[in-house]
Amino acid sequence: MENLEITGSKITSSRFSISKMFKMRRGYITDFLIEKFLFLNGAFAVFVLFGIFSVLFINGVKTFDDVSLKEFLFSAYWNPTGFDRESYGILSMVVSTLMTTIGAMIIAVPLGIGCAVYLAEIAPQRIRDIGKPIVEILAGIPSVVIGFLGIVLTGPIIAKLFHINSGLNGLNGSVLLAVMALPTIISLSEDAITAVPREYKEASMALGANHWITITRVIIPSAFSGIIASIMLGMGRAVGETMTVLMATGNAPAMPHSFLESVRTITATIAIELGEVPYDTTHFYSLFAIGIVLFIFSFAVNLIADIVLRKYQEVER
Amino acid sequence: MKATVKIKETLGYAYIYSAAAIIFIILFVILFDITVKGISVINWEFLFQSPRQGMTKGGIFPCILGTFIVSIITVVFSVPLGIFSAIYLNEYARDTKITRLIRIAIRNLSGVPSIVYGLFGVALFVDIFNFGTSILSAGLTLGLMTLPWTITASEEALKTVPKSYREGSLALGATKWQAIRTNVLPYAIPGIITGTILGLSRAAGETAPILFTGAAFSLPSMPSSLFDQFMALPYHLYIMSTQHHDIEGVRPIAYGTAFVLIALVLLMNLAAIRIRYKYRKKMKGRS
Amino acid sequence: MNDQFKMNAKDLSVYYGDNHALKNVSLDMRENSVTALIGPSGCGKTTFLRCLNRMNDIILDVQVKGKVKLDGEDIYSPDADIVDIRRRVGMVFQKPNPFPKSIFENVAYGLKISGMGNKNEIRDRVEKSLKDAALWDEVKDRLNESAINMSGGQQQRLCIARALAVYPEVILMDEPASALDPISTAKIENLIQELKKKYTIIIVTHNMQQAARVSDYTAFFYMGDLIEYDETKVIFTNPHKKQTEDYITGRFG
Repeated sequence: MENLEITGSKITSSRFSISKMFKMRRGYITDFLIEKFLFLNGAFAVFVLFGIFSVLFINGVKTFDDVSLKEFLFSAYWNPTGFDRESYGILSMVVSTLMTTIGAMIIAVPLGIGCAVYLAEIAPQRIRDIGKPIVEILAGIPSVVIGFLGIVLTGPIIAKLFHINSGLNGLNGSVLLAVMALPTIISLSEDAITAVPREYKEASMALGANHWITITRVIIPSAFSGIIASIMLGMGRAVGETMTVLMATGNAPAMPHSFLESVRTITATIAIELGEVPYDTTHFYSLFAIGIVLFIFSFAVNLIADIVLRKYQEVER
Repeated sequence: MKATVKIKETLGYAYIYSAAAIIFIILFVILFDITVKGISVINWEFLFQSPRQGMTKGGIFPCILGTFIVSIITVVFSVPLGIFSAIYLNEYARDTKITRLIRIAIRNLSGVPSIVYGLFGVALFVDIFNFGTSILSAGLTLGLMTLPWTITASEEALKTVPKSYREGSLALGATKWQAIRTNVLPYAIPGIITGTILGLSRAAGETAPILFTGAAFSLPSMPSSLFDQFMALPYHLYIMSTQHHDIEGVRPIAYGTAFVLIALVLLMNLAAIRIRYKYRKKMKGRS
Repeated sequence: MNDQFKMNAKDLSVYYGDNHALKNVSLDMRENSVTALIGPSGCGKTTFLRCLNRMNDIILDVQVKGKVKLDGEDIYSPDADIVDIRRRVGMVFQKPNPFPKSIFENVAYGLKISGMGNKNEIRDRVEKSLKDAALWDEVKDRLNESAINMSGGQQQRLCIARALAVYPEVILMDEPASALDPISTAKIENLIQELKKKYTIIIVTHNMQQAARVSDYTAFFYMGDLIEYDETKVIFTNPHKKQTEDYITGRFG
């Protein structure tokens, strides 16, 4: 082996200088190309979002060659395969979606926040350790399984409770959607609560407030924006759910007048009719138009949740 | 005055405890019902044979296989994309408008309803790309849906690698990519694997994206190419419980299918949790 | 080329956003000597140090003006080879940061990424570096064990060995002993005296006694300015500027 003697900065070696040895691998061009490649990967997400919106839009607007926007938005009659006259009003399905979503939130918000408070502030460490995985597992249960339970378990219970024929209605849908939205609300609210600086809690206790007062007067108000964001995201989940409502709400397209009636949501309508509709017909395009409505709604919900979260982080600074 | 305060407080605590209890009960009821009514159907035949007599007898093997195959496509598509995007976002991206746009796009993509992904998949893969209703169309649709998840999970994994590793490598004369490749990525891999498995478990259970892009209820034979239709567990459960001609009669099979699906999801979750646990132990310094 | 000066800084200024962290500093650092940079927190000494191997480049929103010469060549010129500069000007950080690899792999890391493929060469170089860092005897039987299990002082000497492995010419040390106990500190200070025979060493320290013990030249920084730079014995016994004297005698921290 060469004897490399190092005196100051001069290197004497019988073969080659150190600098040359280390210039053997010059990865500058590679590094540059890699950075560009990675950027393209990152930008891909933007392309996908744009692509989804474009596809929805391009197909959806073709609906309005045949259907007036006014009828689309405000008519309660959705009957694209009607014998006499085809109608394309989304009002009933919008109402159905709103009903089931609001119903779900009424159930899920108190339960979710309560559970989050429990996990974050009250539960002993051991329970907290199994609590988080439990919520994760609940989140992982496929929507089709929840819908299935809506048919075999909760539906019959509702039918018996209210003395009606079938339990596949708006109430069933609300209960099941609540189950789907709960994990989101619980875990995000819990994050928001644990993110409240310990100093607030300690200051409150030091002033003589007990745990309960600290929770209700200090911690929850501080975590408020995070909790709101979690509710918005949970709501987004409920609105966008397909299989659960498809299987458990009865799917009658008429305008519902009570929670005990069968309802058909926006998502269910798309899911039912996309399978039978011939390509490139007004009916086909109208499903994309409904998709736009859905897309806009989830976009709006996410935007609100984002703004709320951003304001929250600013306040914390 | 103090009495009402005390009552409020007691009620308050009662509410909190009941809320938590109800959640636990909900999960318990779900798992209990499916397990009790589903496990009686499970046997070797159920898991490894095809359905017979119009789905009233036999097994669900093609569904398990179909779900498995379509999941592979999902992983192949979304994982590399997800990792590379995450590397860009965490290691290279500066706070510019484009970066913010990318992050907004990712966040919004994760909120897009699954049926909208289904619509998109039909329009793009089935129609425009002309893949038809196939494993490929369904897999790509699921892959797109899983993408925001793999990006986020990979980014989280990269964030847990200490900054000092990157600085230390650069100070020794590594180029940026060398530093990432040799001293950051290897330590992020367990976290990435955890995230991937969890994302995969969600994709395996999804029905809406595959409803019209490739899933079928009854196929005469196993798929032989990526352009064939396929049977899948969630779709099978859906049809069995809503559209079969003998819904009551095949109810046990439906329960069995639900059980297999849940068992699969649970196993994957447990595997992911175990990897995460071992990884955290390792990072804390016990080689 | 100036034979005596290994590195020169000329009119060096650094801005973090709007914050003018380093103001027009000019400093010549002699070969095979130890130059200490002292001053209160936030005075710019670490900022200056990180300019010498361009580690400030990786911070966002930073601006560097002026020149830094290594053997007469400006390391901030557009066609400078940053990666090679960082090899020639090594750095040891304040908090020891061994990689979660084995002791051997830590020291070999710099060699491997630079393209050295011959296993025997690598092994010999690792051994020599560990010996030069006064760590070989303590670890020679456990080279394959994880570096994270070592004590703080050993970890820091490992980081020094790691930097020595890639044939550096200058070694920058950012408060290398501040996280260590007194015995490890003494070991590191002795090591520095040994190393200066072969390398040029520039060390940031907030410990004045350490600067007095260890260095040949000392530079006193205050609020981004270089206040005084002279032989260490001059600075500590007979400084020219009043500010220097005030700092040395502890009138401000």
